[in-house]
Amino acid sequence: MTAPEPAPETGAASETGAASETGAASGAGHAPVLAADRVGFTYRRSAPVLSEVDVEVVPGRGLALVGESGAGKTTLLRLLLGLARPTEGRILFDGSELDLGDRTRMRAFRRGVQTVFQDPYSSLDPRQRVGRIVAEPLRSLGLLSGGGAARRTEAATRVAEALDAVGLPADAARRYPHEFSGGQRQRVAIARAIVGHPRVLLADEPVSALDVSTRVRIVDLLAELRETRGLTVVMVSHDLAVVATLCAHTAVLEKGRVVEQGDTGAVLGSPRHPYTRRLVDSVPRLPR
Amino acid sequence: MSLLEVSALTVKAPDGRALLSEVSFEVEPGARLGLIGESGSGKSLTALAIMGLLPAGMTASGSIVLDAPGLPRTQVVGAPERTLNGLRGRAATVVFQEPLTALDPLAKVGRQLAEPLRRTRGLRGSALRAAVLAALAEVRLPERVAGAYPHEISGGQRQRAAIAMALACEPALLIADEPTTALDVTVQAEVLALMDGLVSARGMALLFISHDLAVVARVTDRVVVLKEGLAVESGNLLDIVAEPRHPYTRDLVSSARRLDSALDLGAR
Repeated sequence: MTAPEPAPETGAASETGAASETGAASGAGHAPVLAADRVGFTYRRSAPVLSEVDVEVVPGRGLALVGESGAGKTTLLRLLLGLARPTEGRILFDGSELDLGDRTRMRAFRRGVQTVFQDPYSSLDPRQRVGRIVAEPLRSLGLLSGGGAARRTEAATRVAEALDAVGLPADAARRYPHEFSGGQRQRVAIARAIVGHPRVLLADEPVSALDVSTRVRIVDLLAELRETRGLTVVMVSHDLAVVATLCAHTAVLEKGRVVEQGDTGAVLGSPRHPYTRRLVDSVPRLPR
Repeated sequence: MSLLEVSALTVKAPDGRALLSEVSFEVEPGARLGLIGESGSGKSLTALAIMGLLPAGMTASGSIVLDAPGLPRTQVVGAPERTLNGLRGRAATVVFQEPLTALDPLAKVGRQLAEPLRRTRGLRGSALRAAVLAALAEVRLPERVAGAYPHEISGGQRQRAAIAMALACEPALLIADEPTTALDVTVQAEVLALMDGLVSARGMALLFISHDLAVVARVTDRVVVLKEGLAVESGNLLDIVAEPRHPYTRDLVSSARRLDSALDLGAR
């Protein structure tokens, strides 16, 4: 498995040392693609689900949102995806506030930010062939030019390229989701997400429904796409091992607040907040 | 003499496909065994076969003998429902992965817990109420949980309630089928510690089913590895993790090891 980008062995190093090192490796001074700025979210007539959350997605630095059920991870991801509006604060895309009503801007946003869900059994339309499923973003985001036959050819070419990138055979396009195993379906979902060459992939527990050997293969695939396509992965996960493998930056959420964030090596390797420490200590480890 | 003796157990689907093939293992009184495998390996089916709860249309052959103290030695395969009912709960019982499916959504937790206590221990009235509270205390649940419906308590509390129900009949063998897979990692750690303690304190035998090697290692040291219905390897867990022999076990261990080593971030 690929090591988290960039060098995570800085766990023991000081905060600043680690930061400058990673900054150099990933290109310091990159403006965030996506950010939550003092974000809060409250469902009507209930306690806040998120309060004063600040996170940034910097190109080339994967971001992990970790925490337990009810911590607000998925709600935060939904806000970052533009599926809901924060009740406080702002979501910034390329530095300007995301406006869910601005269709032109939202289309640019959707081209740049795509998603993969947890359960590959419910996220793919069972009545459509894989080729059509994967091509969907090309159509809905207006990524195809020309008309009629030219569009169909271009769609087919790009679908084939995406399927190849996720390690599925070209003839997968002609088959239906039920003909695939869980791991292969998750590859289809990833192919759909990357077909339009987004900059950021937001994934909600992308491997937790999979067996451990399949899980490792999908983690490897995401690591590979990160390298080959310059894809920045933002991941919600309760699985700290997966997070440590894929994301350079980790934010720990507890009861809707970010209690600790920073370099993954530092946060998980020498946690400062008691909740993070409890989380890390609870992970069952393989005997040596 | 074994408490549970499974020999050459084969389970076939209605279309004749073998879902479990010639699986054999034993559990001594008070001993622990882990059953490891990925989805479709037949782990849960093994648990259901032991309880005589295979889905309609599936057929079992081979032998499953339960020999619990105070109960007649019984061949489960082919046994009539009446015989099995006498064994369920007392000879062996199961805690399933999803406690919501094990609990009746329309009955308060206290009432569900009282049912097996009344049936097996013949308790009534205030003695029964006291036993319910004692059972809750044993799994570290507060008294107020007795008056709550399953949806009103957290997932970890529900699994504790399910464990309390399973223990109420004082089974000789506890079968735990992925009991912590649906739980958060900190809750998982608590529930595992709780089960570990209760099984030891009561001298129960434990058959622990899981896909997660690290979780199994937490509660047992002897395992059987299942793959597509075949027991491909068995023995001491530490030996298997250190030196897996079967290619499937090797893949399983190396996958788990790769994820596990990602957490070796030093610095501590």
